[in-house]
Amino acid sequence: MDSALPIADRGGPAQPLLLAKDLRKHFPVGGGLLGRGRKVVRAVDDLTISVAKGETLGVVGESGCGKSTVARLLIRLLRPDRGTLVLDGDPVDEPHGITVNELRRQVQMVFQDSYASLNPRLTIGETLAFAPKAHGLPAAEARARTRDLLAQVGLDPESYAERYPHELSGGQRQRVNIARALALRPRLVILDEAVSALDKSVEAQVLNMLVDLKSELGLTYVFISHDLNVVQYLSDRVLVMYLGKIVELGPVEAIYGNPLHPYTRALLSARPSMDPRKRTHEAPIQGDPPNPIDPPSGCRFRTRCPFAEDVCAAGEPLLTETPAQSVACHMRRPGSGHSKAAAA
Amino acid sequence: MSDLLQVRDLHVTFVTPDRTVHAVNGVSFDLKRGETLGILGESGSGKSVTLRSILRLHPEHRTRWSGSIRLEGDEVLDMAPRALGDLRGGRVAMIFQEPATAFDPVFTIGQQITETIRKHTGKSETEAWKRARELLELVRIPSPAQRLKAYPHEMSGGMRQRAMIALALSCNPSLLLADEPTTALDATVQIQVLLLIRELQREFDLGVIFVTHDIGVAVEVSDRIGVMYAGKIVELAPVEQMVDAPQHPYSRGLLASTVHDGMRGQRLEAIPGAPPDLAEIPTACSFAPRCRFVQSPCLAAPPDLRVRSDGHLVRCVLAAA
Repeated sequence: MDSALPIADRGGPAQPLLLAKDLRKHFPVGGGLLGRGRKVVRAVDDLTISVAKGETLGVVGESGCGKSTVARLLIRLLRPDRGTLVLDGDPVDEPHGITVNELRRQVQMVFQDSYASLNPRLTIGETLAFAPKAHGLPAAEARARTRDLLAQVGLDPESYAERYPHELSGGQRQRVNIARALALRPRLVILDEAVSALDKSVEAQVLNMLVDLKSELGLTYVFISHDLNVVQYLSDRVLVMYLGKIVELGPVEAIYGNPLHPYTRALLSARPSMDPRKRTHEAPIQGDPPNPIDPPSGCRFRTRCPFAEDVCAAGEPLLTETPAQSVACHMRRPGSGHSKAAAA
Repeated sequence: MSDLLQVRDLHVTFVTPDRTVHAVNGVSFDLKRGETLGILGESGSGKSVTLRSILRLHPEHRTRWSGSIRLEGDEVLDMAPRALGDLRGGRVAMIFQEPATAFDPVFTIGQQITETIRKHTGKSETEAWKRARELLELVRIPSPAQRLKAYPHEMSGGMRQRAMIALALSCNPSLLLADEPTTALDATVQIQVLLLIRELQREFDLGVIFVTHDIGVAVEVSDRIGVMYAGKIVELAPVEQMVDAPQHPYSRGLLASTVHDGMRGQRLEAIPGAPPDLAEIPTACSFAPRCRFVQSPCLAAPPDLRVRSDGHLVRCVLAAA
């Protein structure tokens, strides 16, 4: 494998770059002797996502909704309990497919904590050259690659290659992490709260850079964040999660312009207004998200939903296609039995 | 209406054997009862240090102070330990970013609230528990009697923050200090807590200083907003003026670089560079190295705070009178 070259497209533009089918990840917690009475956190429950070539897929949701677990499943930092991953037509970790190592060459990740993501005992140059060398690039070429990478993320190679992570500011360290993610010329970069720890003025610099890198290098992004404004700014499609489930999925204009799920609506109207004359006077929903151990039966949002009826407790709502987006709500599924649903 | 709090030319310097940090470099402001002042700034701007100075929470042997902090006429910087003890949690209460670490994990919420009530008011055990229960009702915690017996880890983040607000209000403070109290909360919970703080502030005619890095949050709660940079307030104005017509290049940059609705596809106006190191006392405008409008006077001396005719304060040589 020649890690110096970018990987050519294989299946054509219509084939999803990454397809995750029926992913499930439950974490056991506590439990008594011999695991009796063990409870599970249902972090991700039967989730199907496809990431199109060249798009930015935004993933939003509150803490505990499973968005970071999804990120880790997509790059196989976590092994799913069930479900498959297909990268541009190749199943991952299956007899006729590609290995997990090959997946990780083509899919890279940037984490929230810029300091914890870097080895404190390696210089920035050593960190950036590490993966290319491990994939067989000669040392001299790896050094040249390092200089290109630093220049690409707006850091002067002469003054940064020899420094250690603690000598850099948070914004500079996150640039290094992005450069590290790009070192193997990946096709998909997963950004898990990658700008959330940065100050606003620095966040704007990094967001501009992410937009530039995407068009220069033809990248695809999965952008995970709790910040709805940043997701709106960057994403082409948006996926809204609640307690391990997809509640709504669609183009950014549809999700922000005409949200259909009561949870998406609540999330969007909980944003501070930025206008002192139009302050919020009533919270859109009350209470905190429930514990993902023992989520509510049926629709997991029903305990906080102003429109909940008996049908919501009885059955889990399926993801239903509407003209612009998909939504998992009984009110939007004809014949579901909810008083606001259309007849079948 | 007389001022509840007057802060004048506050300087706070932290000194350790290897390092000196000039965290706050001349901060002045007033606060009235019933008013909310938002202090907006990025990490290292000195906003939390300013806030904590009002309760003198910094380690005494490593902190050098100058200037004045007067609460209803009493000088906080000269207070004896006993008077400080009465001040903290009594006349002035504080809520923090992470309620999980602000509460003691080995005592129940009820024990912690009643301890504070008994210390400051001398009420009996029974009276204190009655009051604690009323407080939980006030901050709208469901089934308050049971919640008093809960340990902090048994509550969700939003409930813990409500419990901390109940604790803060337990001794009828006149001033509430809030240090990023909603930053760790989820979006749908954040707005509930912001609305609660706003409502309680009106009900009890509290003075509130609300420190945050989030402009949207500051706009949601504040009557006036002060923007801090490198240990100084660079701009102070009523919230409408600050949002409509920010004057300092840093405030303008901060507003322009904050992503909000309708900015999709546009290039963000990022402020280049990073905030300065605070090891030296600034001898010029601290923002000059990042400022697009920098001129020679900016580098000659730190600019004074100018008062515009509408009362808007700006620390910039470019600001018109």
